[in-house]
Amino acid sequence: MAPTFFFYLFSVVLVLCAAMVVSSRNPVHSVLFLIGAFFNAAGLFLIAGAEFLAFILVIVYVGAVAVLFLFVVMMLDVDFEQLRSGLQRYLPVGIAVGVLLLAELVSVLVGWHVHPAATAVRFAPAPAGVSNTVALGELVYTKYILLFQAAGLVLLVAMIGAIVLTLRDRRSSRHQRIAVQNARVPGETVELRTMALGGGVPVADILRPRLTQPDAIDDDPLEPTHHGGHHPADAHHAPEGR
Amino acid sequence: MPYVLPGYLPILVFMVIAGVIAVAMVGGSLLAARQKPYPEKLSAYECGFEAFDDARRPFDVRYYLVAILFIIFDLEVAFLFPWAVSLGATRLFGFLSMMGFLGVLTVGFIYEWCKGALEWE
Repeated sequence: MAPTFFFYLFSVVLVLCAAMVVSSRNPVHSVLFLIGAFFNAAGLFLIAGAEFLAFILVIVYVGAVAVLFLFVVMMLDVDFEQLRSGLQRYLPVGIAVGVLLLAELVSVLVGWHVHPAATAVRFAPAPAGVSNTVALGELVYTKYILLFQAAGLVLLVAMIGAIVLTLRDRRSSRHQRIAVQNARVPGETVELRTMALGGGVPVADILRPRLTQPDAIDDDPLEPTHHGGHHPADAHHAPEGR
Repeated sequence: MPYVLPGYLPILVFMVIAGVIAVAMVGGSLLAARQKPYPEKLSAYECGFEAFDDARRPFDVRYYLVAILFIIFDLEVAFLFPWAVSLGATRLFGFLSMMGFLGVLTVGFIYEWCKGALEWE
């Protein structure tokens, strides 16, 4: 009783969310309705007994793909009013494509033939006594190893493709140089000075750490100023711990 | 009725409570508060100024790169869960299968590390 109720609840909300994804005027709202559709589809997966798929749907699709969609929607900066302006002009082509797709879908549905053995399998997604995740794991890594490795290659291609397409070398960015950081010793950065008693704080020059790496000094105009005591304030504290 | 469903009753209870609280907050303010909207009150508020421009402005493509790299490693971890629980049945073959998968993705990981795609500034 309860699963039937929730099946219809999730299904109705899923279809409504999907309709709103298409018909919503604001694309950000479309993405939010898409997230709602994902959640309801996860509920349907749970009712079918496929709990692993349900949670992967929530983690991967809601947690990552929908966020990516939001990025794209925000990044595109499309003038949506301008997009809608050509409705009259594109209507015939749109209707033609729609009719073609409808004809294809109808031909699929008319020619639909379910194998008798498949119906028996469909209502028993997991073998008895084994949880859904274990049943999946026993198949994916052994029987379907070729597809599994192909999935790894697809992920590799996606990774390299995203880097090649979007990674720009920014000359202005300040990269962290971990080796330089680790090579720092207190003697280079901390300077001991003897202060005159009751003399107040003398005006000190800008102090820069004396870096041992030649490339790290490059074009620093302030660098030489603290070596020679040419600054008048530097003259009266004699031992500088150098 | 699949045997897994009773375990999800607490989640259902939480969702119902969350929905009731959300509806009660919005509905309560709709019912209890006095609603007197006028155009000035409904306009976008930006520290007293008129809104300067559209809220939707393009931002750096690096966010997209971080997001897509996150998705890829998210999927990689998702494949590890069924592998870990079924390792008793799949034995060495399943182990080596996953090692091959991880090896392919490690090549990509080394590539992106060397290209500096993981560095922000």
